[in-house]
Amino acid sequence: MSSAPIISVRGVVNRFGAQVVHDGVDLDVEPGEVLGVVGGSGSGKSVLLRTMLGLHRPNAGEVRVEGRDITRLSEAELLAVKRGYGVTFQHGALFSSLTVAQNVQLPIRECFDLSDDALNALTELRLRMVGLPPEAGSKLPSQLSGGMIKRAALARALALDPRLLFLDEPTAGLDPISAAAFDELVSYLHRGLRLTVVMITHDLDTLLALCSRVAVLVDRKIVVDTLAGIMNHPHPWIREYFHGPRARAAVGSRGG
Amino acid sequence: MLLETTRASDGLTLRLLGEWRIENVAAIDAALRAITLAPAARVVVDSRGLESMDLCGAWLLKRRLGEAQAAGASVVFEGDPPEHFAFIEEMAAHPPAPLELRQGEASLLGVMAWLGRVSVDQVQRQRAALGFFGRIVVTGLGALGSVRRLRLASVARHVYETGIQAIPIVALIAFLISVIVAYLGAQQLRQFGAEIFTVDLVAVAVLRELGVLLTAIIVAGRSGSAFAAEIGVMRLNDEVDALKSMGVDYFEVLVLPRVIGLLIALPLLTIIADAMGLAGGALLSSTLLDISLSQFIPRVQDALAPTTFWAGLIKAPVFALLIALIGTYRGMQVRDSSRELGRLTTVAVVQSIFMVIFADAVFAVVFVELDF
Repeated sequence: MSSAPIISVRGVVNRFGAQVVHDGVDLDVEPGEVLGVVGGSGSGKSVLLRTMLGLHRPNAGEVRVEGRDITRLSEAELLAVKRGYGVTFQHGALFSSLTVAQNVQLPIRECFDLSDDALNALTELRLRMVGLPPEAGSKLPSQLSGGMIKRAALARALALDPRLLFLDEPTAGLDPISAAAFDELVSYLHRGLRLTVVMITHDLDTLLALCSRVAVLVDRKIVVDTLAGIMNHPHPWIREYFHGPRARAAVGSRGG
Repeated sequence: MLLETTRASDGLTLRLLGEWRIENVAAIDAALRAITLAPAARVVVDSRGLESMDLCGAWLLKRRLGEAQAAGASVVFEGDPPEHFAFIEEMAAHPPAPLELRQGEASLLGVMAWLGRVSVDQVQRQRAALGFFGRIVVTGLGALGSVRRLRLASVARHVYETGIQAIPIVALIAFLISVIVAYLGAQQLRQFGAEIFTVDLVAVAVLRELGVLLTAIIVAGRSGSAFAAEIGVMRLNDEVDALKSMGVDYFEVLVLPRVIGLLIALPLLTIIADAMGLAGGALLSSTLLDISLSQFIPRVQDALAPTTFWAGLIKAPVFALLIALIGTYRGMQVRDSSRELGRLTTVAVVQSIFMVIFADAVFAVVFVELDF
């Protein structure tokens, strides 16, 4: 991991009225890693994600994605950066009036002029990658189970072969078995495609299973360390998070 | 240039060049479809000129090679096979579990089953609608017994939202429509030298029909849609189920205040529309026909039968009931998707406007027969 970071956040400040959410946040995302972002409710995880995605302009600081500062790019340049990453939102955000296949095809159709045959081939690829059977393509999002919606959203996020994948609460609302299966899927795609993954999560199991490094948002700042390092961090909130009663069960079951 | 083909006696050599990435996907697709695999017994893929290949390029290439293999050709690589091939092969080794789908059979039996299902569905829907209206009547009659169950605060909010907030638009439209009617009427009646009857025309048309009908149509568009959307969103958020689980009668909380609120608001709006319509007629008469206000008012009094005003106003509560019932009923029908919400909101508006006009036609016939 000696190469330049794929995302580099420097001194980001986000304010909403008098409320300061981030006060000088620094974060590097190394190529090929899985970075987990953790924080209490209202600590600004989603705002940080939206800042990194270029959906929200910070009040101060810079966000470099592959060397380019996205806080200073024009809309058109930002569009090119946005094509380089895939995002899944917390509730899937699948377009409810389109079938799963149409959802997956939408970004491809928007960007490229393709024959129907190639389009279908690519759709099949995306669905298979996320472990959805091809028949699922003709279903509407409202006909899918929660786990399948997350998978379909992941298929859509992967539609343009991104190098960078953002996951917002990927396992929230899933039963433990589906959540474990989804962890496995992300890990498999990460290994197979050498994706860089940034995920916001509350799920300690997911964090322990996937993340090589963890960023914790506390007191409007960020603490980044390896999983082992962060678990021994002295900050009271972080100690409570990793050593509270619920955490002990998750950590204990992994022998860690 | 992404692909160079050379055809030798023993088969086909494909030289991959440049960037096989999703940015070039259209060109990759075209290049792959341009090659003819048919007679080749051996396909050599030379990847040494390849700069990079992502999963998408690898998938399209592998699919095409798969077609060659299916036709009996052998595929050999010169240089390293693209790295994503391993991923695709691993993926193929673990096919996802098939989804359990109900397969529709296109047979006579299938058609019969479909017909039966649709009929049963329709009957159930009609029963549900009847049940809905029945419940409103029962809840309404029950609630009349106690002030607390009438939820006056909620009723007041709906009177405010459906009535008071609608005053500007209702007043403006009633005014403009009566100006239009007076203007057209004056033009026609002038040919007979009977301009004075313009006053009769405006007064009767506004009070009997236009005032109440236009108000009802505006309210159907404003409040019918709002009722359906508000209740529909509550259904999507499981708020209705939350009410039920608390043992609260959701008809009493959600439906009845809206019905009562509109029953109060629509007649009052109609009176405002009537007044504004007459004002519009008076204004046009004085500017266009030289009929001053002091002539206009006695003329209106002569033109109107004692029942004219009531013939219009009596329709308002009926229209209010139709709009409120259709709006809340469609809102309650929303299930599990936001698409349903949009559809049913539209249905609520279209249906309530239709029902208002239909009821108005029935009233017109009945009033003529009764000589009202």
